[in-house]
Order: sequence, then C-alpha cells, then structure tokens
Amino acid sequence: MDHTSTLERVIRGALITCVLVFFLFPIFWIVLMSFQTNETILRIPPSIVFEPTLSNYSALITGKLETTAGNLDIAFMRNLWNSFFLSAASVLIALALGIPAAYAFARFRFRLGEDIAFTLLSFRFAPPLLVLLPLSLYFKQLGLTNTYIGLIWVYQLICLPLILWIVRGYFEDISPDIEHAYRISGNSWLKTFWKIAVPLAKPGIAAAGLLAFIFAWNNFVFALILASADKQPVTVGALAFVTASGIQYGQIAAAIVLSIAPTLALALYAQRYLVEGLSLGAVKG
Amino acid sequence: MPHLELASISKSFKSNKVLDDISLAADAGEIVVIFGPSGTGKTVLLRLIAGVEEPTAGTISIDDQDMADVAPEHRDVGMAFQNFALFPHFDAFENIATPLRARAQSAAQIKEGVARVAKLLKIDHVLGHAPRQLSNGQKQRTALARALVSSPKLLLLDDPLRNVDAKLRFEMRLELPRLLREAKSTVLYVTQDYKEAMALADRIAVLAHGKFVQVATPEEIYRHPATVNVGRLFGDPTINLVETVVGEGATIDLVGETAAIDKAYAGLKGRSVTFGVRPEAVELGDGAGLKARVMAVTPLNERTVLLLQTKGGAELLASLPSSSSAIPKAESEVTISFNPIGTHLFDRETGAALAKGRA
Repeated sequence: MDHTSTLERVIRGALITCVLVFFLFPIFWIVLMSFQTNETILRIPPSIVFEPTLSNYSALITGKLETTAGNLDIAFMRNLWNSFFLSAASVLIALALGIPAAYAFARFRFRLGEDIAFTLLSFRFAPPLLVLLPLSLYFKQLGLTNTYIGLIWVYQLICLPLILWIVRGYFEDISPDIEHAYRISGNSWLKTFWKIAVPLAKPGIAAAGLLAFIFAWNNFVFALILASADKQPVTVGALAFVTASGIQYGQIAAAIVLSIAPTLALALYAQRYLVEGLSLGAVKG
Repeated sequence: MPHLELASISKSFKSNKVLDDISLAADAGEIVVIFGPSGTGKTVLLRLIAGVEEPTAGTISIDDQDMADVAPEHRDVGMAFQNFALFPHFDAFENIATPLRARAQSAAQIKEGVARVAKLLKIDHVLGHAPRQLSNGQKQRTALARALVSSPKLLLLDDPLRNVDAKLRFEMRLELPRLLREAKSTVLYVTQDYKEAMALADRIAVLAHGKFVQVATPEEIYRHPATVNVGRLFGDPTINLVETVVGEGATIDLVGETAAIDKAYAGLKGRSVTFGVRPEAVELGDGAGLKARVMAVTPLNERTVLLLQTKGGAELLASLPSSSSAIPKAESEVTISFNPIGTHLFDRETGAALAKGRA
C-alpha cells in the first residue's frame, strides 16, 4: 500500500513539474531575456548567468532604440496606451450592449432569437481574414481606417459574442422566481434588471469582461490591417523591433513583459470574481 | 362584490393545456385553499393572478378592475414562493423590506414594519443574516414575512410549508390561520397536503386536470365529495372504495355477499357504481349481518385502524377511537354495517357522486 502511494506521489509530482515547466519556463526565459543585451542572448551556449541591464526597458520607455545601424524612434509606450484604450473601450461598449442583449436572450423567447444569438457567436469562429478584406474596403469608404472608433467597432467582433454568451448563461441560472418576487414586491422590470439580475450575474459579467479584455488585448490581425503606427496596439508594435539591422530580442522580451503585465495583474485581481460564484443558496430548497 | 374574481381562465404552454376554463370568486378576507396533486397547475394559477404569466383566455379582476394590462408591481399582491425566491444578495432585513421600499416609505416606517412582521414570525434575531445562512424554516418565514409586510389586499401563498421539516410544518399549520386572519387579506393558499387544506381553509377548491372539481367548505368536501377522486384525496386512512352494482332495495354486491347501504340509494338499482365508505363509518357489532374477520389492528394515537376482510375477500379499513372499549382483537370475527353519513356511491364511468334520493 505504502509503496503504491509513494510511487503515485512521485509520478504526480513529476507530471506537475512537467506541466509547470512547459507553461512557465517560456515566461521565465522571457523575463531573463528582457534584462540582457542582444549579444548575451545570442551567446552559445546560452547561460542564465549574465550582467543584468535595464537598457531594454529604458529604450522602450524613452522611445529611442539604439542599434548598430543607428538610432531608431519607436512608439512603444504609445502602443501600450493604444492597447489599453482600445481593449478597455471595446469591453465597456461590449458590456453596455451585451448585458441587456444577454438578458433578453436568457429571459424571452422571440422570433429568430436563437438565430440571432448563433449568428453573433459565429463571429467568434469565423476566421478574421475572411472579413478583413471587405472590411478594409468599407473602412476606406467610410473614413474609418486608422481611427480608434473603427478599431473599437471591429473589436466588437471579439468582445460582444464572448460577453453575450457567457453572461446569458449566468442570467439563465438565476431563478426567474427571484425576479418575479422582486416585481411583485412593487418594482418595475427595469429596476428588477438593475437590482436583481445584474448583481446576481456579476461573477459572470466580471469573467466575461476580463476574457474579452484579454482577447481584445491579444488581437493582432485587425489592428495590423486596419490601423497604422500611431493607433496600433503592442501586439503589432512589437514588430518594430524586427529592424533592418537584425531582430532586437532584448527589446522584444521587455516589450512582452510590459505588455503581459497589465492582463496578468487584471487576471490576478479578478480571480476572486471568477472563483467566488455567488451562492444561490436562497433559491434552492 | 367579490374581491378576486377569475372568469373562465385558461392557460396553455404550447399545446399543453394546464388550466382549462377556471372560474372562482373570493370575498375580501376569505382564505381559499387551492388543493390538488402536483402538476395540476396550482402554481401556474397563482402566477397568473400575480401577473408574471398571462392567461391564454379569460379575465382576472381584483376589486372589479380587470388586471389584463396591469403589471405585477401594480397589483398590490403579496406572494410567497414554494422555493422561497429570496434575494441572495440582500440580508433577511432587506428581503423583507423590499415591498416597503418599493412603496417609498420612510426609513423609520420600514424599520418598524419589518420589525413587527419579523417578531410575529419569530425571525427578529436573524434579520442581519444572508439567505444562505438561514435554515429552511427561517427562509420560509422570511419569504412569508416579505409577502405579509406591506399588508397586501391579496396574498398568494404557494405551498409555503412544502420545503420545511415536519415539526415546523406542524407548528406553522397552527400559527398560520391566526397570522392570515390578522393580515386581513384575501388569501389564495396552494397546497397538496389535505390536512393543511382542512386546517386553513374557509373554502377549498380542488383542482384536477386543469379544472376545479369541487369548490366548497372543508366540511362539505369531506362529507360530500363531488367525485371519487376528491373522496380519495381527503381523509386518512383513505376512503374504502369497491367497484360494484346496486342491487335490490339499497344493497350492493360486496364480492359475492349482499351488503345493506343507505336506504336513500334505493332508486339506483342496477347502476354500476363505486361504493365508497369512510373508515370511521364502518361500524362494528356482533349481531347478525355481514361478517368480517379482523386481520390487523393498528393503533395510531387517538384512532385505531382495523383491517377487515369479508368472507368473499373484500378488504375494508375501519377506524375507531382508541378510547373505545369495543376494539376487537385480531383474528376475531365481527359484524359490519355502514353508517349512512360517510357512505357514498359514485358513478363508475365518470367518478361523479350520485345523489341520494329520499329515504
């Protein structure tokens, strides 16, 4: 018996280590790289012993990139701000549109309701390249190319379906009787929506908002095609480090560290909403 | 003028007809119990009255005003749900205070109103608790308090004792009539427990297959059940039922033997019937007449239930007061007769009670 459990523990430990190394080592390596110069990164054999330097970060923050081929201006901080602004604005708009829509889909059966909901979902699994070409033509006609409004609009393809479908599930889990009880107590349906449905779906709304933010943040191809340098997010901005004189690995690593930091912090902060799951103990008998 | 009036209410969900042409009038302050087995549309009926569902046909009027276009929040109705439906993110105080807040009362009025009803229901010590911290009994009382607190003219109580334990159910069955009289509201009370129905009701409306089978006082329902099913649903031990044919001179054929019944049924000779007799109407003697053997004697507190078997094999339950000196022993032989009060004949096809003629 003892033998089996020891073996079991060893195997479990080994497997967990494998998983952790697989997922966390790249992050660890990127963080190390961000403190090295291109020369130490490209040294063979690689070593984790090096003289740490902050030059990559200072180059990103000051916007002056010094390469062997000369100085280059980069707009990394601008990109970071763009990423933040585009993602946050997209999620806020998607929440404003998606929560009422999710409520409608959860509570009411109407003509073509399921079809509309499914069409919205299909935006998620249609390849973006499918819509990009016609979209870029439309955007030129409408004057939306390289505007925040245009990008936020396109980002709804990412955020809206996600929020709609996740939040809808949470609304469906709320017993309609709770809402009925609130209305019978003398409250309008609008007040019931605000005071009962939305607070009870809060964990779902937080989770959906967070996921949508991360998906929007990580988007690459929409911004690549539809925006130019001053409106581009970090994902596209990182391409600037592939310069004529070579690839600036150190700066790319620093840029990645800086660009995952906000989403990582957000995920850690919102974790409790994701896990909490408001107990509906008062509903079940 | 009735306070609540339902006129020809029907409700269908897709092709499934749940309520079929239901009419009912309840006077102000009256307690009407809607009684029926589960799945007969009792809850749906309350939802229609509360306004959270709309009837497929028919009209609901409260105080002579048609409710068709009146939203639930404007009907002045209090409702307690079977599953409590407390607001999980409000504490017990806020749950109960909700109807008062909606009526824009001052903070002092709200505090006083909640305190009054909480004291009445003995939950004043848990007002600060969230619903998930309450026991089932406390949840049920909180839900009831929320329904009562604004003294609505019409109270809809959907099987409020369904999800509480037996002890609390017994206590509440004693307390509820007083609480409900104090509220002075018209009450529609849904239950599937016949004792609850008998204890609370001014009138009982028996619902089966989407229709009211009988609407009458508890006593009338027990004494004169309109159908064989109503007879079966009320009473414990249940009514004895034997399918038979009425014979010569108010007799029936009881598995090969002739048994005399109420003379008032003499006019029904030749009719195929279901003979029903309440266990307490089965009277035991030792003279001549229909013989039966006592198969089992079961004392149940104040009454003792006997299982009897006739020579032909018909099994009947009889119930006697436990204090009676005439309780026979098991395996002894007795003579049985049927008290006319508690004896009923039902049409075997339709199940409808057959009228007694003049004796």
